[in-house]
Amino acid sequence: MPNSPQSKPTTFSPSAGYAAGFAMPERAHAKSPKGLTREVIESLSAYKQEPAWMLTARLNAFEIFKQKPLPAWGGDLSKIDFNDLYYYVRPDERVQQNWDDVPADIKETFDRLGVPEAEKQFLSGSGAQYDSEAVYHNIQKHLTDKGIIFLDTDSALKKYPELFKEYFVTVVPPADNKFSALNSAVWSGGSFLYIPKGVRVDLPLQAYFRINTERMGQFERTLIIADEGSYAHYTEGCTAPAYTTNSLHSAVVEIVVRRGARVRYTTIQNWSKNVYNLVTKRAHVYADGLMEWVDGNLGSALTMKYPSAVLLESGARGTVLSLAMAGDGQHQDSGGKIIHVAPHTSSMIISKSISYGGGRASYRGLVKVTPKAEHARCFVSCDALILDTASRADTYPTMDIRARDCDISHEASVSKIGEEQLFYLQSRGLDEANARSLIVNGFLEPIVKELPMEYAVELNRLIQLEMQGAVG
Amino acid sequence: MHTLTIHNLSAQIGVQKILHEVSLTVKSGEIHIIMGQNGSGKSTLATTIMGRQDSTVTGGQATLDGSDLLALAPHQRAHAGLFLGFQYPMALPGVTVSQFMRLALRALCTARGLEFKSTEFNAELQNAVSALGLDQSFTQRGLNDGFSGGEKKRMEVLQLMMLKPHFAILDEIDSGLDIDGLKCIANALNELVRTQKTGVVLITHYPALLKTITPHFVHIMSSGRVVATGGEELARNIAEHGYAQFTTI
Ligand SMILES: Nc1ncnc2c1ncn2[C@@H]1O[C@H](COP(=O)(O)OP(=O)(O)O)[C@@H](O)[C@H]1O
Ligand SMILES: [Mg+2]
Repeated sequence: MPNSPQSKPTTFSPSAGYAAGFAMPERAHAKSPKGLTREVIESLSAYKQEPAWMLTARLNAFEIFKQKPLPAWGGDLSKIDFNDLYYYVRPDERVQQNWDDVPADIKETFDRLGVPEAEKQFLSGSGAQYDSEAVYHNIQKHLTDKGIIFLDTDSALKKYPELFKEYFVTVVPPADNKFSALNSAVWSGGSFLYIPKGVRVDLPLQAYFRINTERMGQFERTLIIADEGSYAHYTEGCTAPAYTTNSLHSAVVEIVVRRGARVRYTTIQNWSKNVYNLVTKRAHVYADGLMEWVDGNLGSALTMKYPSAVLLESGARGTVLSLAMAGDGQHQDSGGKIIHVAPHTSSMIISKSISYGGGRASYRGLVKVTPKAEHARCFVSCDALILDTASRADTYPTMDIRARDCDISHEASVSKIGEEQLFYLQSRGLDEANARSLIVNGFLEPIVKELPMEYAVELNRLIQLEMQGAVG
Repeated sequence: MHTLTIHNLSAQIGVQKILHEVSLTVKSGEIHIIMGQNGSGKSTLATTIMGRQDSTVTGGQATLDGSDLLALAPHQRAHAGLFLGFQYPMALPGVTVSQFMRLALRALCTARGLEFKSTEFNAELQNAVSALGLDQSFTQRGLNDGFSGGEKKRMEVLQLMMLKPHFAILDEIDSGLDIDGLKCIANALNELVRTQKTGVVLITHYPALLKTITPHFVHIMSSGRVVATGGEELARNIAEHGYAQFTTI
């Protein structure tokens, strides 16, 4: 988030205890080498002083990772060189990015978005930490009083090992896909959130500014458990570009929505355009529970991400709102996945994509209704807006309906900005760039209106910038 | 006092010549009516003056108070004080009437170095909506999104009332309107001419509008030319005898 925490005292953020979460052992290790080996995983786990079961789980996942092929669908993954990546960089050996090395276009975007100096440095990985412990401390107390646990995932493993073990890898098993296996082997950072029965948190819980750069982690692992009748809105990411030299971001998010609970999970990612963003997000939803994914993909070279909900008991509901912007050199392969397992479950996927400047946006969706899920209801709508002839949009909807008496509908549209529509707006005094961004904003409005206010405002500014570039 | 001058304007779309040496002078506070059969070039004249991209000017001039409109982009022509009410208004889903008007007025204020006043804007928008016989909830709907033909036409006049140009060209603003709608729009236009001294060019097929609006000039177009110009009586003549008398050139 490009606003400082001080300017937003109403937002919650993870523990101030984070810094203390890392007890610094003697410097017995050499700098972790590139590439992934058993030794890298062993030393990572030892460094974090993890329980033995976690090391075993990591090593098992590593075996699965080695065996699993790359997905044969989605985007082009052939350029990822797994041997040329760092899989764990200890906090004490993290190299501060030199501000001078941050690419000029990213700096310019920061300027034009009006991101304050300190945040620019932070977002680009070259900044010092925020002095915001006091804010965190108050928030933390507020949450603890309600019995809420909100920590970075490493600290949660230390402080709540039983709870952690009960849920970890139960929603997204390592064997789900090659990248969930990779994440299970080398995960670090992410958020852990537990909401007790009947507790509602009305303000969005934000994962931002977690005192150090772990937030920008490559292999975050997030686990959210919403106990019966509880409610929480978790938000992560920011609209300003997050510059990183790590070219692979592969996170896993697991969510358990107990009976009658509701979880909304909002992500806006704007990774720099060198990043492969391959994320597995899934929720298990129990009776009358509601999982809502709001997923905005603005950055990265390639994103493959399909937030999913498994509707396990009667009355469970799942929704995915997906927004993608694919510009020059970008491929956004995104959408959603809903598995109806129980009767009387309902779901909705709404996807809106913009392709411009040679970018490619693909909607990929799966709706599966198992034979037991009678009376399932599902609505899917995917709209693509293509801004120029160099750009591309595709849809890959899959519907696998095996139950009786279901109500399933699917709508799709691909449109372009018409000359007549532009002329109409220009005749009212708007220049071409403003006219274009207005059309784009209007197109995205059904999803943008679901975003927290500050995201929406920033997103609109970002669209305006991109449209000026597109016309200029 | 402002003057819009079209002098010997010729234009083509693609390779097809559509307008042939059209001339027209409009002064502040004047109401002109352009009539003509389908395909006679009325809409092309209107959109060419506004700067539509696919219409290429091959000769002649268009000036507003002496400054060359043809050298300006469409949004700059709007800033110069020109307005076009479209025969087929476009929809802008996801952007409310209120948001859109605010943006358009801001752009206009910025271009003219004026300050945009938010509270005045709200009051004016409310008044304009009532004057056109629309419900206030219209301001919160997507611009022209799902609007009926008549509602779209009222929206054109609403934008005209808010933007207060020196000159408004209104292309078939009366088509698709019921009697009440026609009255609302005629009253609004008369009011604009009286209070703002707007110069109005009405493109129309129907003499019905003439019951409530009294034009200073009537022009007949045929095959891309202005073939006759006169007063109110010319419109009555057309109503009785049709266009045949003008179409043989
Ligand atoms: N985009 C276009 N391409 C080719 N011809 C056009 C186009 N638009 C209008 N025309 C032609 O120009 C002529 C005038 O059309 P128009 O200006 O719409 O007439 P009116 O408004 O008087 O009905 C017609 O012959 C029409 O077919
Ligand atoms: Mg016409």
